[in-house]
Amino acid sequence: MTNLWMDIKHADVITVMGGNAAEAHPCGFKWVVEAKAHNNAKLIVVDPRFTRTASVADLYCPIRPGTDIAFLSGVAKYLLDNDRIQHRYVAAYTNAGYVVKEGYDFQDGLFTGYDPDKRDYDKTTWDYEIGPDGYAVVDETMQHPRCVMQLLKTHVAQYTPEMVERICGSPRDKFLKVCEIIATTSSPERTMASLYALGWTHHSKGSQNIRSMTIVQTLLGNIGMLGGGMQALRGHSNIQGLTDLGLMSNLIPGYLNLPIEKEPTYADYAAKRTFKPLRPGQVSYWQNYGKFFVSFQKAMWGAKATRENDWAYDYLPKLDVPTYDVIRGFELAKQGRMSGYVIQGFNPLLSFPNRAKMTEAFSKMKFVVVMDPLQTETARFWQNHGEYNDVDTKSIQTEVFELPTTLFAEEEGSLSNSSRWLQWHWQAQEPPGECRSDIEIMSGIFLRMKEAYRKDGGAFPDPIVNLTWNYAIAESPTPHELARELNGYTLAPIEAAGTQLPAGKQLDGFAQLKDDGSTACGCWIYSGCYTERGNTMARRDNTDPGDRGIAPNWAFAWPANRRVLYNRASCDPEGKPWSEKKKLIEWNGKQWVGFDVPDYGVTTAPEQGVGPFILNQEGVARLWTRSLMRDGPFPAHYEPFESPMANLAFPKVKGAPAARIFKDDLADLGTSQEFPHVATSYRLTEHFHGWTKHAKINAILQPEAFVEISEELAREKGIAKGSWVRVWSKRGSLKAKAVVTKRVKPLICDGKPVHVVGIPQHWGFIGHTRKGWHPNSLTPVVGDANTETPEFKAWLVNIEPTTPPSDAVA
Amino acid sequence: MADYSSLDIRQRSASTEQPPTIRSHQEVAKLIDVSKCIGCKACQAACEEWNDLRDDVGVNTGVYDNPHDLTPKTWTLMRFTEYENPESQNLEWLIRKDGCMHCTDPGCLKACPSPGAIVQYANGIVDFIEENCIGCGYCIKGCPFNIPRISEVDRKAYKCTLCSDRVAVGQAPACAKTCPTGAIMFGTKEAMIEQAHERVEDLKSRGFDHAGLYDPAGVGGTHVMYVLHHADQPQLYNGLPKDPRISPLIAFWKGGAKVFGLATMGFAALAGFFHYVTAGPNEVAAEEEEEAIEVEKAAKNGPTNGTGTGAAARPH
Amino acid sequence: MTVQVSRRGLLKGLGAGLAGGTLGALGFGGLEPALAAAVRPFKLAQMRETRNTCPYCSVACGVILYSLGDKSKNARSAVMHVEGDPDHPINRGTLCPKGASLLDFVRSETRTKYPQYRAPGATEFKRVSWDFALDRIATLLKEDRDRNFVAKNGDLTVNRWTTTGFLGASATTNETAWLTYKTVRSMGALVFDNQARV
Repeated sequence: MTNLWMDIKHADVITVMGGNAAEAHPCGFKWVVEAKAHNNAKLIVVDPRFTRTASVADLYCPIRPGTDIAFLSGVAKYLLDNDRIQHRYVAAYTNAGYVVKEGYDFQDGLFTGYDPDKRDYDKTTWDYEIGPDGYAVVDETMQHPRCVMQLLKTHVAQYTPEMVERICGSPRDKFLKVCEIIATTSSPERTMASLYALGWTHHSKGSQNIRSMTIVQTLLGNIGMLGGGMQALRGHSNIQGLTDLGLMSNLIPGYLNLPIEKEPTYADYAAKRTFKPLRPGQVSYWQNYGKFFVSFQKAMWGAKATRENDWAYDYLPKLDVPTYDVIRGFELAKQGRMSGYVIQGFNPLLSFPNRAKMTEAFSKMKFVVVMDPLQTETARFWQNHGEYNDVDTKSIQTEVFELPTTLFAEEEGSLSNSSRWLQWHWQAQEPPGECRSDIEIMSGIFLRMKEAYRKDGGAFPDPIVNLTWNYAIAESPTPHELARELNGYTLAPIEAAGTQLPAGKQLDGFAQLKDDGSTACGCWIYSGCYTERGNTMARRDNTDPGDRGIAPNWAFAWPANRRVLYNRASCDPEGKPWSEKKKLIEWNGKQWVGFDVPDYGVTTAPEQGVGPFILNQEGVARLWTRSLMRDGPFPAHYEPFESPMANLAFPKVKGAPAARIFKDDLADLGTSQEFPHVATSYRLTEHFHGWTKHAKINAILQPEAFVEISEELAREKGIAKGSWVRVWSKRGSLKAKAVVTKRVKPLICDGKPVHVVGIPQHWGFIGHTRKGWHPNSLTPVVGDANTETPEFKAWLVNIEPTTPPSDAVA
Repeated sequence: MADYSSLDIRQRSASTEQPPTIRSHQEVAKLIDVSKCIGCKACQAACEEWNDLRDDVGVNTGVYDNPHDLTPKTWTLMRFTEYENPESQNLEWLIRKDGCMHCTDPGCLKACPSPGAIVQYANGIVDFIEENCIGCGYCIKGCPFNIPRISEVDRKAYKCTLCSDRVAVGQAPACAKTCPTGAIMFGTKEAMIEQAHERVEDLKSRGFDHAGLYDPAGVGGTHVMYVLHHADQPQLYNGLPKDPRISPLIAFWKGGAKVFGLATMGFAALAGFFHYVTAGPNEVAAEEEEEAIEVEKAAKNGPTNGTGTGAAARPH
Repeated sequence: MTVQVSRRGLLKGLGAGLAGGTLGALGFGGLEPALAAAVRPFKLAQMRETRNTCPYCSVACGVILYSLGDKSKNARSAVMHVEGDPDHPINRGTLCPKGASLLDFVRSETRTKYPQYRAPGATEFKRVSWDFALDRIATLLKEDRDRNFVAKNGDLTVNRWTTTGFLGASATTNETAWLTYKTVRSMGALVFDNQARV
């Protein structure tokens, strides 16, 4: 989230699209209800299904799964055509006037530079024109034919309300009503909050779905504003933290990148990451990249990371492919190229697409280690559970370890939520049985390996035997010790911001980080979470000056305890809030003051002209993303990889052209002749993924797997409410009860009805609920071009009445 | 312990003692704002958790409602209705939290023949005291909202207590505390009515011209109230009665006992009771039923006035 | 279940109730059983409160875990009830149906309690000691790393290990995640991911 949960109460319009906040985040959704009740806000819901969020909306508009870019490009067109944008904001705070290099083009659905064999782009034409002064060329009138504003107008021109209706199946009058309400927030006094989640990310063009709304929000001047923003409602309690901490194939904590093979030395690596301001005087966090990186290396390898050895640069693995994400991991496993998987608190057998492929992949591995407080299907993939998991146990040669772990009530530590808050929690009970924390288990495995490498040697033992391990009890590092590493500390006396710190002290924040080896810091954005004054994540002062919904002294928010990102943009270029009612910070003539920590130099005067988006090299918000997105500088409509429709916008290109898909997975795609209906998967509010099927109360509230279909489809197929149906795709089949509902309606796309089959995802073969299938039995293995997030929200199936599973209750 | 001498009980089943009236009590109420409810069932979960109830894991029957009905172990329940509004053409998903309404004039208490099995506390909560319950089921027939359920295990009646244990120490009921969107509010009845009026204003401004508060006079008002977008059609919300009331003859039977004395008690009052009982499955022999219907007919000519309760005189 | 009361049945039963009730009505107050009504005692009165965070979604609601025992030497604590933390700025005491049922998650019958091991081809798990499990896992990892570690690709130093995968949990603490990052990265592992995508 750019903003925070309570901030939503200040919104004048809330759009929930690409998510279902009322069901997936009920307690955060209260701030939407609050905005309606006390800020006279309007709630818009755009969703293929009439969800429980829609049940309290002022306006519900249906949409065909996988067509959000067409819809939102239509909204952008509406705003531009009707001149409903925040002009001063767009002029001063976005790259609308930046001139794009000559040579860029977009034809027949493809941007310049496409290589069909690689399914990738050469992105050189997607950059700005650089002037003789070395800075990006900007036309402040926004009239230059190659400036971003003009390119954007051309780019969205074809998404007329008629086209939106044809592609999305969204009735024109509803679509226009959505546009009208959204457009009201172009006023500096009014803001819209966009709430989204996996409804946007679970697509082969998920990142571009989000980009589409970012363009809308930027045109409206809603970023950095109280009650505005792009609110990514993260799924799990600490998925924000896991991402922040770089638990991905290609990341270093704090959104630094792991080096690639073509960067053999630190000099190569650093050169590519040197901050080059695109406008005069622009500052950015990223000009400190070297400080963040060196301090990370020092946190990892301490005295073994020296200037002489490039800060132990060789200790880091180098990537030969963009990512070894989990989809690639299981593709390799299916090919027999993985020996094993070590899995913490995760149930991939029921999480990743194509269950049959997952089972095959697991069965080919030599070993699988599962650490979990619950018995998971993954740890039991080799057990035969009748038709729910019909495997030949004896033929599976995989060694499996099921290691019992503690859960939240039995441990302390911090979690990072959607609002970027790091909150500490405390232990309430002793763990049952022989459960151990993940910290102890990972330490146990690591220390054994370290000892073996020390004693017996082996492949490149150095990074293992030299890993910093200064914990009082080696086998059981405490959360406090680890949090102190994340915060960062001095290794030698330093001078920073006019103060001197001796060696061995906790840092106050990332501003004190050095690139000379005198500081160590596990994750620069977390710096400030555990200082000499103590654990700021454990702060519990909930006072909220000015009722801004900020509570600045509750826990710690990254970066630097800042609660609303880009908050400098809440003021006009002169430093005066766009709206007094929505004031976050302001320039008092000497410095920036207000309710939040300024996302800006505290004493940087407005007249210095430094852009407010200091996370970007331009200092402004990007309507145009240059080469930062793999699949285009603007979003474009493509159909899901399995779709019943041709691409009406670009008939020559059906699916996202730069999305990765492996050969066998491509062959496993079905056609709409065989599989005529669009399926989409989702959560229900009564459950949390597969976890709550282990909790009795949740099993009572929603006991049995079902799919949701329209009355029309039910009639067509002879399916009775509450009867058993079989749903199948090219990849597999499942059985479930039929919920026949008015809340799912056929969408009329290009004159023809498209039926949607909704498949919730909470059942498996272990737990208190009745046994069932996860939609991953059916889903295709294709990921988003930028993030490899699987396309779980739009694929093709067929459906028919069937007989109950053998163990079903009559 | 709350007995009459604690001065905290207002009424008790099958008892005619006048409770003490010296203390003045604030009445409490729960306000369920259907327009804010997202049907998440947190109230159901919190109710089961707080009250240490775990119902059976059921099946899906083609709807979201689970469990499918109130049971001795499910004291509150979300009921879902898909309604196509003929005026706006919009689909509305009307979701109502069902459970005891804690009537000011509780039909269950009036109908209960077992002394002290049902009490009404001075704060308005109607509570079942299971140790006094004889499992006769009259409370079910007396209830205009079809709430109480009798356990097959112990043959005692159960329903929502409005978390009388929590309210007694100044806490909100579990369902109200947990409600993520504030659709369930708890406070004094006065404050809840005030809040309801604010909400009704907001709903009217959003085009729900018939928004209103459901606090039905037929049962003397309730301590669980609803804000409805369509207050003119409460039955849209899964059959919420439009004009619930206790049968005048139940009211008579309770209120009139003293006046009539034993002599007139026997037949007429009993018969009058049946004026109310018109619904419900029938498992008795046909001739017995005939007899009962005769009794009921006779009752219509029985005494209906001068009993001191206004309810008896109201049209049915 | 609902007890179904027929008209006739009700008639009979009501007669019985009437007899008792009217005794009081006729002034035999002393004979009326001295029945009292009692609310259930408030069960949290002396429970220990621990502040925690709901482990499910990313709203991160504050929860209070109420546990048996006061952490004195001879009492073993056990969570008995979970309720929203009213001081928490986001949830302000509320909890959704998942959060409100956390007690059943903590106490789930299908929690893992002991390390278990399944040998190749075996039809059952068998309970093993922690030392057995951790020794064996460390051996498997080292064997695989030593066999498949890629130090060089041509002239380029690449130092990567891509034949064992690691998946981080989405509900573990940042401190756990950091320790996991440290150990996994130090091994040169690249097949490393978390739940962000699903």
